[in-house]
Order: sequence, then C-alpha cells, then structure tokens
Amino acid sequence: MKVKVIVTLKNGVLDPQGKAIQQTLNGMSFDNVSEVRQGKYFDIDVKESDEIKAKTQVEDMCKKLLANLVIEDYKIL
Amino acid sequence: MKSSVIIFPGSNCDRDMDVALKKFGFKNQMVWHNDDEIPKSDLIVLPGGFSYGDYLRCGSIAGKSKIIKSVIDFANSGGLVLGICNGFQILTETGLLPGILQQNKYLNFICKNVFVKIKNKENKYFKNIKKDVLELHIAHNEGNYFCSNDELKSIEDNDQIAVTYCDQKGNDDEENNPNGALKNIAGVFNKNKNILGMMPHPERMIDQYLSGEDGSLFFENLIGSL
Repeated sequence: MKVKVIVTLKNGVLDPQGKAIQQTLNGMSFDNVSEVRQGKYFDIDVKESDEIKAKTQVEDMCKKLLANLVIEDYKIL
Repeated sequence: MKSSVIIFPGSNCDRDMDVALKKFGFKNQMVWHNDDEIPKSDLIVLPGGFSYGDYLRCGSIAGKSKIIKSVIDFANSGGLVLGICNGFQILTETGLLPGILQQNKYLNFICKNVFVKIKNKENKYFKNIKKDVLELHIAHNEGNYFCSNDELKSIEDNDQIAVTYCDQKGNDDEENNPNGALKNIAGVFNKNKNILGMMPHPERMIDQYLSGEDGSLFFENLIGSL
C-alpha cells in the first residue's frame, strides 16, 4: 500500500527558503501572505497490505532517515 | 601514522585531503564508501563535497552508507574522526556529533576565506597550535549550525565548541558570522573530543604561495599529537 508522509521544519526553526518564497509572493502582489513554511512530501509504496503494519514501518523510516528530529517534524497522512 | 579518507559518491575534497595528510607525514589510504571495513588507522577523515548530491538532507544518505558502521565503531572506541564540511554534516547525521547544519541564513553559497577562533585546545586537534585565530577557507551552502537550547547548554557545559567564526582579532560576534550559525559555531567536538567536525577546510590552506599556511599548523599539530 502507499503511505504518504509530510516532513516540515519545527516551529521556531528558521526557514530561509520559506521566507524567500513569502517575500516573492508579496512582490507579486499577494500582499496578504504573512508566512510560508516549506516542507517535503514522500509517497512510499510498501509491500504490505496491513495498514497499521505499513504505517508503523514508515514511522520507523521517518525517525531513522526521512526526518532529522533536531529540526524537523513528520506527519504520516 | 596511518590515516584513511572515506570517498562517497560526490565527495570532491578527498584528494586535496590526501595531499595535505601526506604532506605532513601521514601514510594515507583512500577507502570506498561501499567497503565493509576500514584498514587499521590512527585517523579517519570524512572529506568535503556533496555526497549523494546532497539528496534528502546534506550528509543524510552518506550517514547510512555501508562503511559508516565501521566509522561509528572506530569513533566509539576512542579513535580520531575528523569531518570537514560535508564530512561535518555526515557526522551530525550519524548522531556522532550534536546539532545539524542548516541552509545558510541568506540563501547564498559562501566561498571565501574566514577567520576562526580556537575555543578549546585541550584536545589532539588544536593542543600545540600557538595561534588563537586561524585563517581558513569555507565553501558551503549549508553551514548554518543549529541545535536545541538544551543541546547548546550541554555542548557549552562540556566545552564541545571547537572553533567559532570571528574577525582577525578574534571577535566572534554577530558581525563576523557568515552563515547565521548559532553562537558563530564553525566546528564542534563530541564529549570525549576525539571526534571533530568543522565547516572550514584546513586542507585548502597548506601552501604559502597559493593560500596561506594556517591549515599547515592544523596538520602539523595533528600528526605531532598522535
């Protein structure tokens, strides 16, 4: 089954790319954009039909590789 | 003294490091990332570059490569492990060093000479260097050191800050911070001070005509202290 994961920077961690995107949007007349935070999206195909087992495995992947927990949070969708 | 430089796909400072180590008397060997074991060494170096194209996060894929288990075992048994630039990023991704290197604050790739202040000389990497401020070269996009407040307190309490960005006189204030690094941190040790990661490249400063020789002081001290 396919498992979707989103990895984002933790609140309070500087996101210079998000900031640059926000400033560009403001410059394009999207004046009401006050903040942009950029993240990563993963679509993982696991050969496992049991949803709970697959998600548990993906959670392990998040902790060990997909996210660096010093600065990032992950969310399994 | 024997040293080993690990080559990952995308490493590009491996041969500069090889030249530097040999110039100062190390018998250096190059080790491929897919090997199982590292030959007997007194020092292991993870060189600069863009291992695995900086995919996912800088150093994250190299941090899970086949050879890394041997590097971790060697480090945990007290062996000297030096990570320069991308090597520093790999060491933080393996958990051997605290914190992480984020993208530079102003989103620019920085390539220039900087001054760094030696913050701790009670270790094999800096102990007999007479100068307190070294001129070294940096070239990176992700050198913005970051860690949590708790971790920062812990590395300060254990004297784990190795070098900080500063001016020629050693003022390591915000004005002399090239990339937004927390507390101007340019390099850190582990608690036992046998592992050092730093963004500046000493191997690029070993020729009096081309660059300057503050990198020479680093390697001369290193082989002398082993």
